Amino acid sequence: MERPLTQHIKKDGHPLTLKEYEAIGGYQALKKALKMTPAQIQAVVKESNLRGRGGAGFFTGLKWSFVPLDAPKPKYLVANADEMEPGTFKDRILLETTPHQLLEGMIISAFAIQADIAYVFLRWAYKRAASSIRSAIAEAYEAGYLGKNILKSGFDLEMHLHTGVGRYMCGEETALLNSLEGKRATPRAKPPFPQVSGLFGRPTIVNNVETLCNIPHIVEKGSDWFKSLSLTGDSGTKIYGVSGKVKKPGAWELPMGTTMRELIEVHAGGMQDGLKFRGALPGGASTDFLVEEHLDVKMDYANVAAAGSRLGTGTLVILDDQTCPVGFVKNLEHFFAQESCGFCTPCREGLPWVEKILNTIEEGKGQMKDLGLLHMHTKYLGPGNTFCALAPGAMEPLQSALKYFKEDFEQHIREHRCAYSHALATLEI
Amino acid sequence: MCSQILTDKISKNMLSPKEKAEIDKAISEVPVRKAAGIEALKIVQEHRRWISDESLQDVADYMKMSPAELDSVATFYNLLFRKPVGRHVILICDSISCWVMGYENILEELKSRLNIGLGQTTDDECFTLLPNCCLGTCDCAPAFMIDNDLYRNVKPEQLDEILLKYK
Repeated sequence: MERPLTQHIKKDGHPLTLKEYEAIGGYQALKKALKMTPAQIQAVVKESNLRGRGGAGFFTGLKWSFVPLDAPKPKYLVANADEMEPGTFKDRILLETTPHQLLEGMIISAFAIQADIAYVFLRWAYKRAASSIRSAIAEAYEAGYLGKNILKSGFDLEMHLHTGVGRYMCGEETALLNSLEGKRATPRAKPPFPQVSGLFGRPTIVNNVETLCNIPHIVEKGSDWFKSLSLTGDSGTKIYGVSGKVKKPGAWELPMGTTMRELIEVHAGGMQDGLKFRGALPGGASTDFLVEEHLDVKMDYANVAAAGSRLGTGTLVILDDQTCPVGFVKNLEHFFAQESCGFCTPCREGLPWVEKILNTIEEGKGQMKDLGLLHMHTKYLGPGNTFCALAPGAMEPLQSALKYFKEDFEQHIREHRCAYSHALATLEI
Repeated sequence: MCSQILTDKISKNMLSPKEKAEIDKAISEVPVRKAAGIEALKIVQEHRRWISDESLQDVADYMKMSPAELDSVATFYNLLFRKPVGRHVILICDSISCWVMGYENILEELKSRLNIGLGQTTDDECFTLLPNCCLGTCDCAPAFMIDNDLYRNVKPEQLDEILLKYK
């Protein structure tokens, strides 16, 4: 099984230095790319069917193709390293261990869209990643992979590291651009799309870290190879993760389309003793629950969508049978309510309302009509009613919890209490 | 009391030459001066722990922005502190994986050991305790950060030893 993104990660977790990265064939893809035309690189990436690994799954090649190649400079490329989706910890691994892989992916991508300035937008909490990226950028300048006339190709690229100051909204690409411009991280109206008018009004591409890390491998080994890595119609490998009460939580690079059952039972070692699987968020906080009947769903974009959820970031959060589903969803909605940027009313007002209702139910003070109110919110805060995807994302775990764990919600209301004993459950760990 | 002491300490200070130099570097990396506003606030916070009204005014002047415009940014972001904080800031992850793994036990232990609630600072100004969104280390939950240090798979019995490092 090939693991192009993670096979060279050092056991001690220290970042690969430039020398070490070059020794394993690093920057060969860049050398190849600089001899190609931007259109040729875009064609390979389009042909590879690479889809964005940040959550939305948009086709990377298609995204790039909207940048007008003949537009005057400056043009920007931004690596979205603001990993803040609860339950997601995959980009951290790449950032901390193989910074040059990201840089090489960024330089090739910048060349493919003819961008001349690149930013790594990194979240504040990732201190080790900041130090590894900072050193890598310095090394890359020193070696002539960044700066003027890169490897004598005539291509110039400057790169900066920007560390954020903490807001989930920064993961949304237009909000991220506002933040890079020194403004509040509120989303922008689209159109114009960032590819045409992005950072400082210039053409801009924002790509996720894992997406960018795939680029050197696709350029080097081709689109057919990339497709062959997958078990299904969506190409490549995926860094999957599992957290929650399993025996061995962690993250693993596996073929795209690995089943949820394999992730939980084989890689994560199964559920902790005495606990049963109840459900999982397949790709972070803003994805619909999948339950036992979905364990054999192949974890790719199309199959998870067919099962009624989204692949999202591909990092599962597990709900076990001794953890309260109402409390679980309440925690998620607290997060979304808190991180709503406040820009549009349905999200700003609706999410705290949802959180309050869930709180009431969890405390045993809920009424049956509250369930109707929650259902109503899943529609009113759904797609098309809010300015960006934050509130619709927040409604995904709620609407599926109301469907799959209905009995739990009703029991809380009927018995005026939460029947789960969290204090005991957590002490047993 | 805390806020009084800190405010007195810095109220007469204008931006130091070092702060100005760092802000100038940030400005040089962006095409529009205002775009370095967040960076400038971060720099001032690193030097003064938090951003007082006076500091905000000084930064706004330097950035050629109105204080209101800069404050709209300063109050938006979770990790720009517009209230005094202690010498060490504890950011405890309260998101889903840490919740499932029992972060609430850690939180309760921290609160009782420090004798403060969330959002509060100890009397000796050593620690401020704040909730934080997912720290991105969900396979090692529960987790918290103290300043730049990340603690993972934390167990209540480790807290005394961890806190002692910052006393």
